[in-house]
Amino acid sequence: MAGGQAAAATQVAQAPADRSIVRVENVVKHYPAAGGAVVQAVAGVSLDIRRGETLGLVGESGCGKSTLARLITALQPVTSGRVIFKGQDLSRLRGRRLRRVRREMQIIFQDPFASLDPRMTVGDIIAEPLDNFGLARGKERRTRVQELLRLVGLNPNFTNRYPHEFSGGQRQRIGIARALSVSPSFIVCDEPVSALDVSIQAQIINLLQDLQKEFQLTYLFIAHDLAVVRHLSVMYLGKVVEIADRVDIYEHSQHPYTKALLSSIPVPDPLIERGREPMLIKGEIPSPVNPPSGCRFHTRCPIARVPGVCSEVEPELEPHGHRDQEAACHFAGEV
Amino acid sequence: MTEPILRVQDLRTQFFTSRGVVHAVDGVSFHVDPGETVAVVGESGCGKTITALSILRLVPEPGRIVSGKILFKNRDIVEMDGDEVRNYRGNDVAMIFQDPMTSLNPVTKVGAQIKEAMTAHDRFTPVEAAQRVVPLLKRVRVPAAERRISDYPHQFSGGMRQRAMIAMGLANEPSLLIADEPTTALDVTVQAQVIQLLKQLNRELGTAIILITHNTALVASMCERVIVMYAGRVVEEGPVERIFARPEHPYTWSLLRSVPRVDEARKGRLVSIRGLPPDLVRLPPGCKFHPRCLFKVDRCLKEEPELEEVAPDQQARCWVKMSTVSEETRTAAQASEVAFDVAAEIKKRMRSDAKI
Amino acid sequence: MAATALLAQDIDWENPQQIGLWTDAWMRFRRNRLAVGSLAFVVLLITLALIAPLLERFGLLQDPTAQDVVSNYLGPGAAHHILGTDDLGRDVLSKVIFGSQVSLSIGILVQAIVLVIGGSIGLAAGYFGGWIDNLLMRFTDIMYAFPDLLFVLIIVAALGPTLLNIFVAIGLVSWVGLARLVRGQVLSIKEKEFVEAARAAGSSPIKIILKHLLPNSLGPVIVTLTFGIPAAIFTEAVLDFLGVGLRPPQPTWGVMVFEGYAAVDAYPYLVIIPCVALSMTMLAFNFIGDGLRDALDPRMRR
Repeated sequence: MAGGQAAAATQVAQAPADRSIVRVENVVKHYPAAGGAVVQAVAGVSLDIRRGETLGLVGESGCGKSTLARLITALQPVTSGRVIFKGQDLSRLRGRRLRRVRREMQIIFQDPFASLDPRMTVGDIIAEPLDNFGLARGKERRTRVQELLRLVGLNPNFTNRYPHEFSGGQRQRIGIARALSVSPSFIVCDEPVSALDVSIQAQIINLLQDLQKEFQLTYLFIAHDLAVVRHLSVMYLGKVVEIADRVDIYEHSQHPYTKALLSSIPVPDPLIERGREPMLIKGEIPSPVNPPSGCRFHTRCPIARVPGVCSEVEPELEPHGHRDQEAACHFAGEV
Repeated sequence: MTEPILRVQDLRTQFFTSRGVVHAVDGVSFHVDPGETVAVVGESGCGKTITALSILRLVPEPGRIVSGKILFKNRDIVEMDGDEVRNYRGNDVAMIFQDPMTSLNPVTKVGAQIKEAMTAHDRFTPVEAAQRVVPLLKRVRVPAAERRISDYPHQFSGGMRQRAMIAMGLANEPSLLIADEPTTALDVTVQAQVIQLLKQLNRELGTAIILITHNTALVASMCERVIVMYAGRVVEEGPVERIFARPEHPYTWSLLRSVPRVDEARKGRLVSIRGLPPDLVRLPPGCKFHPRCLFKVDRCLKEEPELEEVAPDQQARCWVKMSTVSEETRTAAQASEVAFDVAAEIKKRMRSDAKI
Repeated sequence: MAATALLAQDIDWENPQQIGLWTDAWMRFRRNRLAVGSLAFVVLLITLALIAPLLERFGLLQDPTAQDVVSNYLGPGAAHHILGTDDLGRDVLSKVIFGSQVSLSIGILVQAIVLVIGGSIGLAAGYFGGWIDNLLMRFTDIMYAFPDLLFVLIIVAALGPTLLNIFVAIGLVSWVGLARLVRGQVLSIKEKEFVEAARAAGSSPIKIILKHLLPNSLGPVIVTLTFGIPAAIFTEAVLDFLGVGLRPPQPTWGVMVFEGYAAVDAYPYLVIIPCVALSMTMLAFNFIGDGLRDALDPRMRR
């Protein structure tokens, strides 16, 4: 039967005891730009996100992390490659079938001011996913929204207020409540604390951690700050250049970009800071319309062999260093 | 003893809104010595930006400097009239802002804007000013400076734009540069470059710098002295090494501990400061930080403490002071923070969450 | 009192009171005395138009079609006729008031058609993009290029000069501006993060259009519709004047000008009075539109 075959085609054969909830397979995203040029926002990324864990995605502007988040949550279609969520190939889903998957997969946005519709009450905003999936009506809906508000630390009587009556941190909590309303298993957190004050950041990070523990959530946590997540993948110009635990990265990073990135981040300890000079990378991030040949980082790399393998051959992500550490560098670990 | 180039004395700046009077800056006093790098640290709404704007007499409506003195080289800025202020602004004291895109004119070439920063004052003739533009851009490490002066701001990257802003700020060789969150909008690697540039300029030119930021790590990297602000007032002040090692005010202490650090394998939770920042229209009685303080005593609810000297060079505005709080109490307080948050709520929800 | 105290970390120094858009807009509108005065005038006009039959019953107005040939061409200030009488002795004041019924009803009700047609086309074109957008916009361009008045004339000539037909005809040509505006609004709102959030929440396109795009484009739409009213009023009056719209003895302003035109040299007041009525009404709506536009402009928030 056609329907059954189609359904089967979207299920991907799983290895026994597959612990991945999301598998990204060589995903590429190109955008058309002015004058026929093409922006290579994501240039072939493969990732594995395991159930119940948090994978951090870190990088600077133009590295493609936000785009990757949109591809993983199917808010943007991939140019090539696949995103497999709980065994289903998302690129083959459309319309209502895709919308159904959204019940399991939610996203918390970066900008607490722009991600809430200013014309809707907070209660309606939080309940929108519930309404879409017909999960609760009338009194039950109201109770559920109040519970969610309490869960994120907000006054449950505020369901009829509008977003402009809340602070940035509170709006972010509303966004979190909205994401949680349908009890998803996977949440993409797109820089959820960047726009918030330091003390509020800590509150939100703690809240996200608590919620993860209680509800066995899986997170993809996008940040520009390496300090926030434990297990990290670092992106540069559309590719993942290193994946490792933060401690491993700090003590023995295998990729020159990661090392420079770490070195640029100041530490709130004057004694440490006074005694070191950050390793500055020369130059600026190249345009994703015209990325460098071979290894994309070679134009700014302190150890690049140019001309040579670095400007000709693009390195693959391979195990280097300790435990699960992987890096994409021809001379990994030499920095 | 050198005279400070800037002395702020009991500054009060208020905003007169229909909801009430917002006490944005509520009795702030501090000084900056020549060539010094001072940080003003605090979260949004603590008054640090408005303090900077007050120093430059740039407070927007409906705000006003209500009382106090701002003495720049012994001239009171608050008392100056329009012409004097225009002469002083951009000349003796310059300011660079967080988002250079909105501070730069998008339809004027960058070179022309830098030149205009000089011709607006009388220090250089137009010819001299034009000759200084390229060297200024070179000094802030903009590559291919000769070519870049004919570019428009949107053709510069974020980091480059901020350097252009710094070049404009330094064009008239001010004795004081105020940098208000200059790197918040920038990538981490670019931030490192800009901070290093500021450090170099401070060393080479002797320009004093006030760095306004919420990022305590930047303070550790760049500044000699730090002023911590909360609810429009100074709550702690002193040399950076001292304050970071032995903060006396509970807010400073919590702030320093709520920042995730790249060099630590943090297992548990961050220290968060409970509650929300204060309502500047209706401040609580007594110490303004007490609703969120883990170490308060009765007195804190009724009387507001004065800024006292707690060590040579260090002042704090607190009845309790961290040095009197034992390690045990600190750990216990942090642990109670953990319990305070959502754990109980989560348990409740789990019980009622059978069907959905 | 707001939900939360005025939190320090949120002070947007441009808007320290954190007022919502509508409250702020109303406050700004109130300060524009011209707009408020015009609003009062329009309210008065609409009230008079609505209670005109009552006023006639109580003798304050007369039957606008009642002829009294003996007392014709009485200038303004005559006994029983504050504004005079026309060539057939009909009371001019009554004709003006009853005539306003037609102008106001067409002016305002046409906007309903404009909203439905222009709104749907703009929404569809903006949201779906691609070939739908192309098709709808080319169609809109063609309609735009066509001379409005000519088109209205053709339709009315074909269907007959009744109020309903005129109403439909004017509506059918007036939606173009709104369609373009709505499309532009949708294009810009579509990219906002809260729309993306709605998609992530599983909302269908219809739901996004109705619950997110529409309520957020209301501001400029209201302004456009307000400016559309004087345009529609004018078009209707022109039709009557040309003799192809409503005909005598119907007491519309356009018809009054049509009738009085023949004797304009001798009795100019018969033309001036309806023209003044038209101008004042159109101006009033224009001032209200200006006031609304300034009040709703998000960049001018205090």
